[in-house]
Order: sequence, then C-alpha cells, then structure tokens
Amino acid sequence: MIRFILIQNRAGKTRLAKWYMQFDDDEKQKLIEEVHAVVTVRDAKHTNFVEFRNFKIIYRRYAGLYFCICVDVNDNNLAYLEAIHNFVEVLNEYFHNVCELDLVFNFYKVKENTSSGQTGQSHVFAVP
Amino acid sequence: MPAVSKGDGMRGLAVFISDIRNCKSKEAEIKRINKELANIRSKFKGDKALDGYSKKKYVCKLLFIFLLGHDIDFGHMEAVNLLSSNKYTEKQIGYLFISVLVNSNSELIRLINNAIKNDLASRNPTFMCLALHCIANVGSREMGEAFAADIPRILVAGDSMDSVKQSAALCLLRLYKASPDLVPMGEWTARVVHLLNDQHMGVVTAAVSLITCLCKKNPDDFKTCVSLAVSRLSRIVSSASTDLQDYTYYFVPAPWLSVKLLRLLQCYPPPEDAAVKGRLVECLETVLNKAQEPPKSKKVQHSNAKNAILFETISLIIHYDSEPNLLVRACNQLGQFLQHRETNLRYLALESMCTLASSEFSHEAVKTHIDTVINALKTERDVSVRQRAADLLYAMCDRSNAKQIVSEMLRYLETADYAIREEIVLKVAILAEKYAVDYSWYVDTILNLIRIAGDYVSEEVWYRVLQIVTNRDDVQGYAAKTVFEALQAPACHENMVKVGGYILGEFGNLIAGDPRSSPPVQFSLLHSKFHLCSVATRALLLSTYIKFINLFPETKATIQGVLRAGSQLRNADVELQQRAVEYLTLSSATVLEEMPPFPERESSILAKLKRKKGPGAGSALDDSRRDPSSHDINGGVEPTPSTVSTPSPSADLLGLRAAPPPAAPPAPSGAGNLLVDVFSDSPATQPGLGPSPEEAFLSELEPPAPESPMALLADPAPAADPGPEDIGPPIPEADELLNKFVCRNNGVLFENQLLQIGVKSEFRQNLGRMYLFYGNKTSVQFQNFSPTVVHPGDLQTHLAVQTKRVASQVDGGAQVQQVLNIECLRDFLTPPLLSVRFRYGGAPQSLTLKLPVTINKFFQPTEMAAQDFFQRWKQLSLPQQEAQKIFKANHPMDAEVTKAKLLGFGSALLDNVDPNPENFVGAGIIQTKALQVGCLLRLEPNAQAQMYRLTLRTSKEPVSRHLCELLAQQF
Repeated sequence: MIRFILIQNRAGKTRLAKWYMQFDDDEKQKLIEEVHAVVTVRDAKHTNFVEFRNFKIIYRRYAGLYFCICVDVNDNNLAYLEAIHNFVEVLNEYFHNVCELDLVFNFYKVKENTSSGQTGQSHVFAVP
Repeated sequence: MPAVSKGDGMRGLAVFISDIRNCKSKEAEIKRINKELANIRSKFKGDKALDGYSKKKYVCKLLFIFLLGHDIDFGHMEAVNLLSSNKYTEKQIGYLFISVLVNSNSELIRLINNAIKNDLASRNPTFMCLALHCIANVGSREMGEAFAADIPRILVAGDSMDSVKQSAALCLLRLYKASPDLVPMGEWTARVVHLLNDQHMGVVTAAVSLITCLCKKNPDDFKTCVSLAVSRLSRIVSSASTDLQDYTYYFVPAPWLSVKLLRLLQCYPPPEDAAVKGRLVECLETVLNKAQEPPKSKKVQHSNAKNAILFETISLIIHYDSEPNLLVRACNQLGQFLQHRETNLRYLALESMCTLASSEFSHEAVKTHIDTVINALKTERDVSVRQRAADLLYAMCDRSNAKQIVSEMLRYLETADYAIREEIVLKVAILAEKYAVDYSWYVDTILNLIRIAGDYVSEEVWYRVLQIVTNRDDVQGYAAKTVFEALQAPACHENMVKVGGYILGEFGNLIAGDPRSSPPVQFSLLHSKFHLCSVATRALLLSTYIKFINLFPETKATIQGVLRAGSQLRNADVELQQRAVEYLTLSSATVLEEMPPFPERESSILAKLKRKKGPGAGSALDDSRRDPSSHDINGGVEPTPSTVSTPSPSADLLGLRAAPPPAAPPAPSGAGNLLVDVFSDSPATQPGLGPSPEEAFLSELEPPAPESPMALLADPAPAADPGPEDIGPPIPEADELLNKFVCRNNGVLFENQLLQIGVKSEFRQNLGRMYLFYGNKTSVQFQNFSPTVVHPGDLQTHLAVQTKRVASQVDGGAQVQQVLNIECLRDFLTPPLLSVRFRYGGAPQSLTLKLPVTINKFFQPTEMAAQDFFQRWKQLSLPQQEAQKIFKANHPMDAEVTKAKLLGFGSALLDNVDPNPENFVGAGIIQTKALQVGCLLRLEPNAQAQMYRLTLRTSKEPVSRHLCELLAQQF
C-alpha cells in the first residue's frame, strides 16, 4: 500500500505531496526533509529502492525532479517503479512534454490526477 | 470525461503564480500574498455576486497560497458553493479545496456532506467520481459515518458505470483502512468477489485491491476469490502482448493487475481444488518460461514490468513452499539475476533468495550461489545491495559453510559501512555460536569480531561469549590463552579488555603454568590497560584483581599496592572507590581464604551420649567443637574444599535461574591438577604425597584396622528419623536424575512445583562433601521439613554419609542448605537414598530420590605412559575383570563433549596411547577406605554407525560392570 507520494526538485522544494496515512504537519515536514536527504545522495549506479523507517521508498529521477513513492516493505518494487514511469508518461501526454513548471502552474490538475491512492492501471491516472 | 485543454487555464492565477515566482525575497513574497488576500477578501465581501469562473479562480488562488505554507481562514463557504455548480471545472476546484483544507468544522461538514450526497445521487458519472474521490481524500471518520453504507451499494449496483465502480471500490478501500468498523460486511461482499470477472480491467484492478485488504480480516467470506483470481490471471498471462490494448504496458499485458492478483493469492494457502491448482501451477510455469524468452523490447520499462510479475510469482511460490520443482526453478532464475547488469535486479534477486534459503526444498540450490553472493558483498557499490548480500549469506548459512561465511563476513567487516556494522557483528556472533562445532573457533571468531569492530560489539555479544566459555570447561584454557595473546596488541578495544579481564580472572589459572603468562605477567598486562578504560571496565578489572589475589597469592602484594594507591582509594567515582576500599579490606582479611577443616563432626562417643540424653543435648554438641580429640580423629583425613574460585555455596544456586549454576568448579581431574598450587596446604592433593599410583595401582590394599571410627559414625541417623522401611520407593525418574550427575557434581537434582533441590559437591580421595539446597518455590511455609539419607541394604558398611539436621520450617521463597559428609569405605553399587518429607498447607509430602553419589566420584585420575598402560591392561586380562558394552549413541558424537564427560567421570584421559586417535583411553584409581581399585577404560566411538564400544578393566569384577553401566548411559 502506498503511504505517500512526493515529487521534489533537487533543492528539496516539494512539487507534489500526497499522503495516504494520517500525519500531522510537523511530521509531514520532517518526512519531506528526510526523503530528500535519503534520495538525493544516491547516484545512478544505485538501486531505485531505499529502506526508509519501517517502509521503503521507490524513486526515480526525471531531469531535476525526484518522484518518490513510499510503500510497505513487502510491496513489489518494480511494479511501483513502473507506476512512477507510467505517471510521468501520463503527465507528459497531458502537458505535451512536461516540465517542472507545468506542475507549478497546473498544480490543481496534478493534484486531481493522484487522488485515488492506488496505482496499477493506466486509467487511474487518466486525465480528468 | 470532459476534455480540458491547456488553454482552459485561469489567466489571473497564472499571473499571480508568476508574480510569486519572480519575488526576490521572502518579504516581497509575503507582501504580494497579503495584497492578493486583501483583494480576494474584498471580492468575496463585495455586494456584487461573483460568477462561477471568478469564484473558481479566487478559490484556486487561496489554495495555492495555502500550499505555499500560509494560513487561510476564509473562502471555505465560496468553495462549498462551487460544489453545487454544474460546471465540471468549478466543481472540481471546489472539491479540491475541500479535500486539502477541510477540517471538522461542523457547520461546513453538514453542507459538504449535503453536496456530496447530491452528487452521488446525480447519476452523472463524472460528478459521482468527484464526490467519491473527495470522500476518499478526506477519509475522515465523519465522512465514513455519513457514506460508508452508500458506497457498497454504488459499487455493486448493476447500472453503475465502470469508472464509478472503480472509484467506489477505491473509496471503500480507503474508508475501510481508516475505520474498518464502519464498513459492514454483507450480502454485497459476494458480489464484490464477482467483480473479478468484470469486463473492465480498471474495475478488476480496483476490486482486487479492495478484496486483498478485506480478505485479510475475513478470509472465509472471500474464499471464492481464489478460483476467480486464478482464472483471471491465467487469461492474462497466456494472452498475447497486444490483446489487452490499453492495459498493455511496453508489451507486457496488465502488469499491475497481474501483480495484484498474485498478491491476493498470497493471502490464501494453495488451492485445494486440483483443477484450480493445476491451472495456477501452469500460470506460474508460464511466467517462469517467459522470463527466459528474449525481450520484446530493449526498453527498461519492458523488463521492469515483466520482472515485477516474475518477482511476485516467486513470492507466491515461496509462500506456498510446496512445489520443489518451482522453488528450484525460481532459485535458478534469481541466480541469473545475481550477475545482471541492472543493480535493481541484483538487489531484488538477493532479497528474494533470502526467503528461498529458508525453504527446505530450495536451501541447497541457494547455497550453490555462495561465491557470487560473497563477491557481491565485496564489490557492490550500493550499500543496500551489500546489505542484502550479507542478509542472504546469513540466511544460507548452515553447518557446512559456516566457517567460510563467517570468515567472509569478518573480512567484509573491516571495510564495511558504518551503518551496517552493528548488524553484521550480530550476524557473525549468532552464526558463530549456532554453528560452532569446535568452541575454540567460536572464541577466535568473537575475539576477532571485537578486534575488528569493537565499537559495534554490543554488550549482549560479549556477555554471550563469557556465558559460553564459563559453561564449557573444554574451551576455558584456550579462551584464556587467546585473550591473553589478544591483549598484547598495543591498542586493543575496550570490549577486549572487558572480556580479557573477566576470562583471566576466572580462568587465568589455566595458563598460569606457562612462564610467559605467569600470574604477575597476566596482572601487569591487564593493568597496563586500566588507565585507558572507562569506569565500568575499571570496575570489572578491580574485580578481576581480587580474583587474582585469590587465585595467585604471589600477586597479592602487588595488587594490594594498586588498590591502596590514592587514585583508587580516593577515586572520584563512587563505584570504583567502594570497590577499591572493600577489595583491599577483603584481601587483608581471611574471608577469601580457604575454609578451615570442619569443626562440626561429632565424635562417636558424643553421638552415643547424645542418643542417651535424647534431644536437647545441643550444648554437648557445642562442647564437641572444642573437644580436641575430635580433631585428632578426623583432622588428618579431612578434605579441604575446593571452592576457592567458585561462588560461596549459598550463592544463588537455587535462584530463579533454571539453568545450572554457571561457574562450575573445575572438573576433578584435568583442571584440578592445575589448581594444585592453590591447595598447597592440603597435602592430600599433592600427587607426590598421596599413595603413589605406581605402587598402589591394581593392588587391593586391605585396611590396617577394619573398624574405623568413621564406621561408627555411620550409624543410622538420630532415632527420630524414619527407618528405611518407612520411606517410599524412589520416584520413577530418580535413575534418570542420578544419571545427570554421574559426570558432574553440581546442578539441580530435582524440581517440581513446590520444591527445588540443588546439589553442589566435591570429592577428594575417598572423601566427599555435598551441599544440598532445598528451595521452597511456594509462598507458603513448609513444616516438619525433614530430609534424611537412607542406606538401603548393607550400604552403610560401604559408604558413610553423615548429615546435619536442617531447620524444620522452610519459609516461602526461602532456601535451606544441608551439608553431607561422605566417606567411601568400600566399593558400592547402589547410591544412598534421600528422603524428603514435609507438610505443605497441611498435606504431608514425601519424596525419595537417589543421592548423586556414585562410585566414580571417588576416582583419582592417573597419568601413565602408553607402555605402562598396555602392561596393566594385559595384567587385567581375566574375563571377570573386564566389562564391555556396545551401545548406540544417545547424543551427538562430539569428541570434545565426550572428552569433557570422561574427565567429569573422573578418570584421566591418556593421549597417544590408543593407536586410533578417535578412541579415548583413561585410567584412574577408585579410592575407598578399605581398598583401592585400579581401573582402565577404553571408549571406541564409531561415528558411521553412531555406536560406541566401551571396555572397562578393573581389579574387581562388580566394579568393572558397575562403572561400565554408569558410563554407558552418558553417551
């Protein structure tokens, strides 16, 4: 099960945060910082998976953006890794060559795209 | 759904966002935001009614401001108003604002719920979806209470659109996770299962997610999903890559759905229905086969999607753990991945293999990859991959490869990342202990561990090595030697000093014979580390020093000097100061010295007198202590106790620990010889002064005077004690309990719910002393408590046992001690009985045990050369002098254990006598007052047949047979 989704740029600015567990605001901020610290130090030769607290983070970097999904440790790593890619492809399709600024200016559309909390089908991310 | 093109955006919003982005400073940003907030507030408050578009735009701006991290305290009402708009974009922004910003504001919640209700009832699928998403996003209990009953209905309604069903399933899942009690199971559950057959793949995917979650709590309600999931899976995996159109991802049909179906199946055991099972196995095989096919695309997305299914399939195979064929295939597949150029795959293969290693079917197959895994541990760049490799090595470790794996892990530890050192240390420590065949290897490994990664060796690890060394006397000498050597390194870790301090304090005597590690050398080595250590370690070292004073009198002056130094006696640390002061005083007092000979033995005359006078002659008993004659009679033959290095007899033997007391006194032979200097004031233990084994061996020495005073003392105990006819037969397990003590002298003799009886005993020549500890395990007082020793038959002419009376009341939780003095007069075959009677809560209790005194306790080990041994062996060639037994091994055949047992039995072990090094040869003399019985033994293990042949030759026929029987039960 997905615990949260974060899209951050290299500087640690959050472009999208979607929570599927109850956290209070301080906790969220802490998680965001921790994820940033964990993910940005890794290089291309590393795996796309990091253990994180009692969960794991599946992440992938696209240009300057890190797409991170936090899931349970026994979840299927590759399935979520490809879910990220699928999501990016949908964004790309929708914005015609998506870039970070698209997400800034169209935050209200991106937010809507991720509302269901379950991945796994092209159409979950279907454009509204 | 209505198409929203890029041009449909809100211009005002875009301008605002640009402005914010162009702000050079935080202050400028805040200024711009405040300006905007004032603007929006005035618009909302203005008289002119706003149109939908403006409302949407301003609400959206507020949302953006909120997301930037500023508080928003208005605009909620306008957002709620947007919910009732008929325009999708306006409604959507309204819902978005609510989802992000809503709190439990009661007034607002009522309005929101109303709007949601309307949308759910609207039959407009887009609006229904928006409402469902909002419920899911908020996911609060209030939302659950309001809608949990409606959503299952929408989910299974025949006329719901696919997209609505899909959203309803996910919404229900979210509510169920938040508050399961709000989602009642009902007749809809059966219909949810049938969604697995739905035409629409999106619905199926959402339904699988929901069912996987629900079935964990109610597996029986959803049992039917197994066969449906199998048939769905089968259709997917056997479909061509183009069949599923939208749901084909880089030539892989429905990868996420496949993964979810495979996960659902992992909630259940293998299907019972043979047809279903057959179909499933076929699916799993197909997936494994497809992994071998050439890729349809070079893109990493293709291989990732394919392998996502493959890994989930392997998880299912491992979960079933019943198909050896599939398990081994899975293992081979993962083996290929171990060398794949994709780091992700190597990582996942290591992770999966870890679980495969625990299956009996695939354990061996996993083991074949050991070299690759070791290589991964050495060369992987990503620490998390190395960690998985270490995990896998740990999982695949067994007796056959433990040495290799442990040594590789130790080597890795030298360069390992700090983050995982502690874990590796623990793993090494566990493996070393679990698979140690030879404990010197274990000691080496742990000491290496401390040397390489001392900082990461937690307390538990070094406590454990001490526990093991303390409990295994065969490794103590080695451990002492090894720590002594390790401590010689110029810089050694503090944990090493702790282990060294403890082991040398306990077992330093075992290496004291070597001039290179003589007591003063040991002391100065330890003391050279003292000043660099922490307080806790220094406290430990001080305890070691006091043990040294005890073990090695020659170090006393030096150590006292150290303790007396101002830095100790006036140490700022209270603990150290107290130890120094107390130890110094103890060392000067006689507390630590050996016990003087027993004064309490009565003379025969006094005993007679006492019987005449009856009870109450206590003062006469006291007189006897001062009676010099009693010393004259008994003093010469008194054994001196060998408890010097062991805790005082009353110490916690019967404490709450179930295990036998950790610090067993040295076995009577082996270690005993090394202790000779400690007992130097006990002439009987000096080999040279006792009857020379050379002369006495084999000869039965008749006693000069058959009537010894001891024989008189052995008269039955006081008249109040029950005669032998009164006591019941020994309890059924008495023999078994007795057997436990043939090769050792200490331990728990008996235990039930009421009572625990512990034994601590020591024997020298033909004399012995036994402490019995009776522990009352209840909280109620035992009354009329009377333990007595009874000699069945004519045993008392063979064995004299003198007991001291104990208090007749034993308080709840208390322990009493009874001392038995034992003298062996002649060889004997049956042990005396111990009868314990008491009243517990008014009910009389009685118990008869066999006292753990067997003839072998009076063994004196005899060393001799091979030539002598064979000469004597031949001399004892009469058939009745030999007893032989061939028997099956009851315990694992471990040479070290056997050795320890034979030493515990009491004979000396003679090396280089038997031409076959596997065999054990021993010699000893049984010391009784009347005669000495020479005894030779030979034990031939046959590891293949798991059999032993034991041969005993003694100069006395019954002794041969009896010893043979006693010893045979020990292996």
